[in-house]
Amino acid sequence: MLRFTIQRLLTGIPTLLVLIAAAFFLIRAAPGGPFDRERDLPPEIEANLRQAYHLDEPLVRQFGRYLGNLARGDFGPSLQYRDFSVTELIRAGFPVSLRIGALAMLLALLAGVSAGAWAALRQNAASDHLVMAAAMTGISIPNFVMAPLLVLVVAVGLGWLPAGGYGGGAWRHLVLPVITLALPQVAYLARLTRASMIEVLSSPYIRTARAQGLSPGRILLQHALRPALLPVVSYLGPAIAALITGSVVIEQIFGLPGIGRFFVTGALNRDYTLVMGVVVFYGTLILLCNFLVDLVYGLLDPRIRHLP
Amino acid sequence: MSGPLLDVTSLGVRFDTPAGPLQAVRSLDFAVAPGEVLGVVGESGSGKSQAMLALLGLLAANGRASGRALFEGQDLLALDEARLNRVRGSRIAMIFQDPMTSLNPYLAIGAQMALVLRAHRGLRGREAAREAGAMLESVGIPDAGRRLRQYPHELSGGMRQRVMIATALLCRPSLLIADEPTTALDVTVQAQILELMQTLRARFGTAIILITHDLAVVAGLADRLLVMQQGECREAGSPEEIFYAPRERYTRALLAAVPRLDRAGPPAPPLRHAGAAPLLQVRGLRVGYPVLAEGLFGRKRLLRAVEDLSFELAPGEVLGVVGESGCGKSTLGRAVLQLVPASAGSVSFLGRDLGQLERAALDAMRRDLQVVFQDPLASLDPRMTVRDIVAEPLETFEPGMAEAERSNQVAEMLSRVGLDPSHMNRYPHQFSGGQCQRVAIARALITRPKLIVCDEAVSALDVSVRAQILRLLLELRRLLDLSLIFIGHDLAVIRQVSQRVMVMYLGRVMEMAPAGELFGQPRHPYTRALLAAAPVPDPRLERSRPRVGLAGEVPSPLAPPDGCVFRTRCPHAREICAAQVPVLARHGAAEVACHRVAEIQESALESAS
Repeated sequence: MLRFTIQRLLTGIPTLLVLIAAAFFLIRAAPGGPFDRERDLPPEIEANLRQAYHLDEPLVRQFGRYLGNLARGDFGPSLQYRDFSVTELIRAGFPVSLRIGALAMLLALLAGVSAGAWAALRQNAASDHLVMAAAMTGISIPNFVMAPLLVLVVAVGLGWLPAGGYGGGAWRHLVLPVITLALPQVAYLARLTRASMIEVLSSPYIRTARAQGLSPGRILLQHALRPALLPVVSYLGPAIAALITGSVVIEQIFGLPGIGRFFVTGALNRDYTLVMGVVVFYGTLILLCNFLVDLVYGLLDPRIRHLP
Repeated sequence: MSGPLLDVTSLGVRFDTPAGPLQAVRSLDFAVAPGEVLGVVGESGSGKSQAMLALLGLLAANGRASGRALFEGQDLLALDEARLNRVRGSRIAMIFQDPMTSLNPYLAIGAQMALVLRAHRGLRGREAAREAGAMLESVGIPDAGRRLRQYPHELSGGMRQRVMIATALLCRPSLLIADEPTTALDVTVQAQILELMQTLRARFGTAIILITHDLAVVAGLADRLLVMQQGECREAGSPEEIFYAPRERYTRALLAAVPRLDRAGPPAPPLRHAGAAPLLQVRGLRVGYPVLAEGLFGRKRLLRAVEDLSFELAPGEVLGVVGESGCGKSTLGRAVLQLVPASAGSVSFLGRDLGQLERAALDAMRRDLQVVFQDPLASLDPRMTVRDIVAEPLETFEPGMAEAERSNQVAEMLSRVGLDPSHMNRYPHQFSGGQCQRVAIARALITRPKLIVCDEAVSALDVSVRAQILRLLLELRRLLDLSLIFIGHDLAVIRQVSQRVMVMYLGRVMEMAPAGELFGQPRHPYTRALLAAAPVPDPRLERSRPRVGLAGEVPSPLAPPDGCVFRTRCPHAREICAAQVPVLARHGAAEVACHRVAEIQESALESAS
């Protein structure tokens, strides 16, 4: 297990390096630059600016400098928000994104797993088909369609909740973004849980448990739930990635001051350092989450835990 | 208490399938007295398992049971789920064939046992652990406290089945239903489990219903037998009646199909080419598989599947290779076929060293070197028709052959293996297991090879089908002048087909001898133990014969004992056995790898006189 842990951590490093390099060169390959505006800057001022941010150096040299700073934990200054460093911007936006993302994850797990397990127990009954049809719909509708629809019905039509804004984190402002973000995940997790639960319930050891006279509830909770959750756990890594990228869109639609906003405006304005900062930050986060998921998987499955 | 413990009348089991209703069991009547062992014997599809699953309400969702099953005053078939749950696991327990998949791999042994104790006896925590531990001890699992914290995959197959039995007996049921409890186990472990069931029955007075396809398994253990075929009871009676005076034609046919370890098969035809150059020559063969390392800085370890093995095979000869799981018999077959690379030694076929050949030259040799695997349905491509499967080797080795000629040859080969050539455009799943194995044999034979490796080729087949396939193989061998390497775990089958037999244990040859010699006068202690452990379909013989058997199970091939690999289970082991690896040496007509073979032989002669 220790060997496994260390190996997994070490393989994360090259992955992260590839990610940094790809993002670094791609954003610079995109047409335009951080100081392009509708009104052209005087050439000498632009030259001074480029020199100040070391943008006049050869690309490889810039990359080396960036990696060096990164190793010291310095994401550099934002090129657009002149008075802020990228670190400060991330520090300001991340709590908002984290809050929305974590709540959405929690909702997705609770609703998705219970709906899936419930459908599995009523396999091929009308209620099973209903849950699965709803799940299919949930997966099929993209969140940039779902969000305006929800705003239209719940906020504008019924007037129950605000249509946007963070409101200092009041729950009324969080409900719609969290639901929009969670819906596709609820749907996917429900389908995943249903399929794996059905498979587990038909396995020989469940027959043994029935032959032992255990009640259906106990069989479900004690014998079936843990193995049925294994595919769900291994999906959590990609799910976290989906929530993070999803939140970029959601934060724009609902006007939330999270990281997603910086990511979009940063990319549009060619704010090299800001985009890089968000990419590296989120990349590390996703790698760490995947690593944690692997560890949890090992805890759930004794056969993996005991692998040498 | 008088009267039967379980009284079943006109039990029926029906499945609603998309193709219409399927009657799996038809008006079955039987009774079990307290403490009695009822053996239920039948081939696959006879309904023997479904009948018993129906009693406990364990049928698949589309199954319906009818009739009456009185057990301790209530009709099992009329109980609702909640009432049934008070009987299942408490008054009637059931154990299944494969203890690996029948135990929950995600729960520690102790946790699984505790669930049963809590549901039926209200025991929890330390009390439950104490009770579970005590039961593990009584099924012969030492160090129970540690075992309770282990998971099923950390136990051997035999240990797992002991755990299943221990869990089943936790609530002292009056009836234990055992569905093929030893079918997935090695023969020495099977002997231990059967012995254990007998002991526990005497100790707890539990009645047992023993479901099996193997007549030999129930011969010594059962008080009464029930022979089933196609969902109906064909014959019922005492073992003596069934074995010595069967009334029904089906029972007689079934008994005749069982290969007998205590009787020689049809005398093997003499070798036609006695003295001719060997067809196959294996010298110092070693095969190892690299295995994942242990610990943080551990190095990759080598699982030595075959260690320093040499033998020759004459043209037309049948060599039987026998041993328990992990002995390397299948690896040997694959190494001969060059399907796994040898790490040392050579395999010469028709005078050419196969390991030194270029890829193309080796492929050309495969025409004479064919194979039949254990599971016919898994080893035939499900998306190819039988014609295409059998014709494929022809396309490889005779690309110039005209299409019509190819079809002719396929048709001829199919009728030769006993299949209707007009079915050649069907797919494998449209055939039965036995027919699929005939297809596999036709595919192996179509290029007229000189050697066929049969890797457990009849192990997955029912008794009567197995007898047909064996007969077919032997007849084709005679007609086509084939050599066979016949790999198997069933000694009786090996005895029936082989002229010479090789006994393997943990990758090494223990004994190699002509079949009559090996079975008539086994020399190596492992051969003797194997023969003693294998049950014989003869009730009187089974009851009278001491079940010496072997203690323990085959050690991990990753850490084989040094010196003689068998010494940890050998009743005759001395210091020398740990110090030195015994070499294969000639004793009479046999070759034996044992330091103490001479002394063992002497003491056997003494005790006989």
